[in-house]
Amino acid sequence: MVTREYSTTKEIIGPLIMVEGVEGITYGELTDIKLADGSTRRGSVLEVNGDRAIVQVFEGTAGLSPRDLTVKFLAKGIELGVSQDMLGRVFDGFGRPIDDGPAIIPEKWLNINGNPMNPYARDYPNEFIQTGISTIDLLNTLVRGQKLPIFSGSGLPHSRMAAQIARQARVLKTGEKFAVVFAAMGITFEESEFFIADFRRTGAIERAVLFMNLADDPAIERIAVPRMALTAAEFLAYEKDMHVLVILTDLTNYCEALREISAARKEVPGRRGYPGYLYTDLSTIYERAGRIKGKSGSITQFPVLTMPEDDKTHPIPDLTGYITEGQIIISRPLHAQGIYPPVDVLPSLSRLKDKGVGAGKTREDHADVMNQLYAAYARGKNAKELAVVLGESALSESDILMVKFADAFEDRFIRQGEDENRTIEESLAIGWDLLAMIPKSELKRVRDAYIEKYYPKKD
Amino acid sequence: MSNNEGVVVKVSGPLVVARGLSGARMYEMVRVGNHGLFGEIIEIRGDDYSIQVYEETEGIGPGQPVKRTGEALSVELGPGLIRSIYDGVQRPLDKLNAEYGDFIVRGAESAALDRSVEWVFDPVAKVGDVVQGGDVLGTVQESKLVVHKIMTPPNVSGKVTKIAPVTGNVDTTVAVIETDKGPLNVSMVQRWPVRQPRPVRRKLPPNVPLVTGQRVLDMFFPMAKGGTACVPGPFGSGKTVVQHQLAKWADANIVVYVGCGERGNEMTDVLMEFPELKDPQSGEPLMERTVLIANTSNMPVAAREASVFTGITIAEYFRDMGYSVALMADSTSRWAEAMREMSGRLEEMPGEEGYPAYLGSRIASFYERSGSVICQGSEERPGSLSIIGAVSPPGGDFSEPVVQATLRVVKVFWGLDDKLAFARHFPAINWLTSYSLYLDVVDKWANENLDPKWQERRSRAMAILQREAELEELVRLVGMDALPSEDRLLMQAAKMIREDFLHQNAFDDRDTYTSLPKQFRLLSVILHYYDEARPALAEGAPLSRLLSIEPLEDVSRAKLIPEDDTEAFESLKKRITEAIQALPR
Ligand SMILES: Nc1ncnc2c1ncn2[C@@H]1O[C@H](COP(=O)(O)OP(=O)(O)O)[C@@H](O)[C@H]1O
Ligand SMILES: [Mg+2]
Repeated sequence: MVTREYSTTKEIIGPLIMVEGVEGITYGELTDIKLADGSTRRGSVLEVNGDRAIVQVFEGTAGLSPRDLTVKFLAKGIELGVSQDMLGRVFDGFGRPIDDGPAIIPEKWLNINGNPMNPYARDYPNEFIQTGISTIDLLNTLVRGQKLPIFSGSGLPHSRMAAQIARQARVLKTGEKFAVVFAAMGITFEESEFFIADFRRTGAIERAVLFMNLADDPAIERIAVPRMALTAAEFLAYEKDMHVLVILTDLTNYCEALREISAARKEVPGRRGYPGYLYTDLSTIYERAGRIKGKSGSITQFPVLTMPEDDKTHPIPDLTGYITEGQIIISRPLHAQGIYPPVDVLPSLSRLKDKGVGAGKTREDHADVMNQLYAAYARGKNAKELAVVLGESALSESDILMVKFADAFEDRFIRQGEDENRTIEESLAIGWDLLAMIPKSELKRVRDAYIEKYYPKKD
Repeated sequence: MSNNEGVVVKVSGPLVVARGLSGARMYEMVRVGNHGLFGEIIEIRGDDYSIQVYEETEGIGPGQPVKRTGEALSVELGPGLIRSIYDGVQRPLDKLNAEYGDFIVRGAESAALDRSVEWVFDPVAKVGDVVQGGDVLGTVQESKLVVHKIMTPPNVSGKVTKIAPVTGNVDTTVAVIETDKGPLNVSMVQRWPVRQPRPVRRKLPPNVPLVTGQRVLDMFFPMAKGGTACVPGPFGSGKTVVQHQLAKWADANIVVYVGCGERGNEMTDVLMEFPELKDPQSGEPLMERTVLIANTSNMPVAAREASVFTGITIAEYFRDMGYSVALMADSTSRWAEAMREMSGRLEEMPGEEGYPAYLGSRIASFYERSGSVICQGSEERPGSLSIIGAVSPPGGDFSEPVVQATLRVVKVFWGLDDKLAFARHFPAINWLTSYSLYLDVVDKWANENLDPKWQERRSRAMAILQREAELEELVRLVGMDALPSEDRLLMQAAKMIREDFLHQNAFDDRDTYTSLPKQFRLLSVILHYYDEARPALAEGAPLSRLLSIEPLEDVSRAKLIPEDDTEAFESLKKRITEAIQALPR
């Protein structure tokens, strides 16, 4: 039997330690790192080259000294013990309970990296989820099994919106089991308290599993947090038949942890110093959303990220947008106007909306109304820009009408209360009310039959 | 001296370095570690053999064995490819699902071609025939749409000494050929190394359009059979929808769709839709002519690198039978990133943005495998392989290395524009920047085969759009009202071309496909309006009335007129003429 404990750490670079003279060590292995004071930290093997292993330390390397360390290799990857009893409980970023509840007795241990879902096993997400928010339900429809991120910026109300969605999300069907898995990565105590208080207030906490890594918790642990959360979610969805909504916040902090490790390894950096494999790495998180044929559970993901400098072309939002099935973009100007939820409608997108709307799912006229509202709002915004350059007087009569439409749209359709839970019919009714500002002949994207049926009758 | 077994010395993600494999060659397949994971040698330095591993390497470590297989990464080619869905190294995902469950576990294996399926081989060649590589020995009805030709393998020639009708699985011998190295049993399956192009007799310049049913493409930026095209655009601009539309409606005999490092649900979408949708030419389900390769973003990155080669080799094989084949790769950027990732692990000297210096040559040699060709074999059989690659530039910036390297080799550029996508103008193909170098050959073909006025109408419509762009600049400075009436009329015509012709909803079953004759009729109606309105304006007809004549409403719905209703377009033209004549002067 080879020794699996070594006191031969030679180098410490950033969050990494290098252990020499090892034997029989494998890639991805979990390690226990014992310090002189008896405390331990956790690590995992990032590279093994001959008798040298590079280990990333989840709690960071602050205060470590090479000679004081004993590194024990545990001959397995990082695992999470899962059980239905996780519901209602709070864990740290490494899956250890931090509330006062009893220890979890795992039904089984699962490797947190999971395995890629076989594309052939997937079932297409097409079941409408009503969030009660008009800009999502009518214009950027969310469906079960989708991954739809919020692209936000610092100081914007993305947390309030995510909490509102967690509170209100319903499927127009009854008798199904729900759960929320919440993963905090580097957010502040205040933000996390906001979520927990909200979950308590609504009773959602009973069916929630929380993984907390806060701003003052170890940064490198953030690499593990979303994987812990998704491992729990997969267990609840595919083995306990639950519909799981996973909220991950804030992915920007996750990516920064990844960049820190990459820099310590002196890898060739990609754009803005983020590693070239950022896309692949993020996809192993986001692609864990979905549905499986023949299974009744599902995983719907709502990742939240703050765009550095509100820049959508920054690698984090950019690569996220390339993987997720759309994005909800929060607008700073709308927020400044006092409009909540400040969803920037035009660049927001749900790629799966087309399969989730229409007769039998929402309502027959849904797609047409959606297209018409978009087109009209886009024209109105354009006309507004024109007015800024040329003055109001340069606008044609129909442009002036569209400007009015855009203002009304922002005020009545986009704006809604934080506790206002609109049904899809209510959202459609507001949509039609607004469309009634425009002459029927201009409603080119709506079928005549629907205009007949739904265009508000003026008396 | 050569060794069949070596040992692992280093593991870093998907890259494993082994020693003691002397005699092993570049691109040879090996089995790595205690789990026997598949890998491929991608660099040899002294006794260090760098291997890219097609599966997750957790649990692999120094000291574990590496075994040679003696063969380069190859695919199996034979009946059973059609309707299949493979991962990047040709593992059948439906079989893996049945045998191993909903998630792809390590070490899962299953034959690419199902040995339990029996095929009926119908000979074409006779005993005594002298055959060479590419000559057809017989046929197998593979699907409703595909007659699979069993060909003499590329490097074989000789005399047929035995051939007869036979029913059996792909391993069944269907013919014996007496070669100069002795008799050779030929079965229904061939193996071919994916990184090596399959030979052809000669290449020809492409000269027939690949009809896609997408108006903006066929009319303004046409693709040719055997040609190359790229679809770059930021996320959400419509790359995947364009690729799916082509896979559905392009008039190719065979479609190979490679989902390379993209979303799992997009493959599911294809898997669910294609068996339901009918090919407009044959009326049979689209799946009957389709092969899918799915190596999604979360599947191993080395297999993603291989997926493009797996796809193109399968496509070449069907081309060799004399078919027109179209290959879509979504997205070539993810393929390039896979190369970058492996290159980074190999610690190669990075080129631009960390991509390896050989990025450009790899991309070029991939697109070079397209072509309109005379296939191998003695019968001068024509075939074609068209390639359409999506490109996903970071931040939508077309100056980045993958877009630039692609533009150097492809002949058609369909540039997607997120401003158009935000305005929900789909397909969001920018008509001012996109181009097709096949425009001339397709114009010529269309003038001869469809309507002698094709080229004239197309170029007039494009001129109107270009003029509109210039006028828009002006409008931004001085406002619409300041424009002279003729220009405002032109703006109207341009708007009609954009909204009533270019705009095409992929999700509306009446709009998703338009035949070339109908495209021509639709464009002609719009130009007809402009041609009638211009002289009327000069004669003093009021502009505001010209801009709002009643039949224009119907023009805006004309794209939904059924394919076979030619009368509707003629009567619409007549009503336009009458409405304009009725205006006061
Ligand atoms: N031709 C089209 N017709 C209607 N909608 C389209 C069309 N092309 C794109 N879209 C819309 O744009 C979204 C994004 O398109 P997609 O092809 O997935 O983008 P990309 O692959 O470039 O990220 C689709 O989900 C759909 O809503
Ligand atoms: Mg795409």
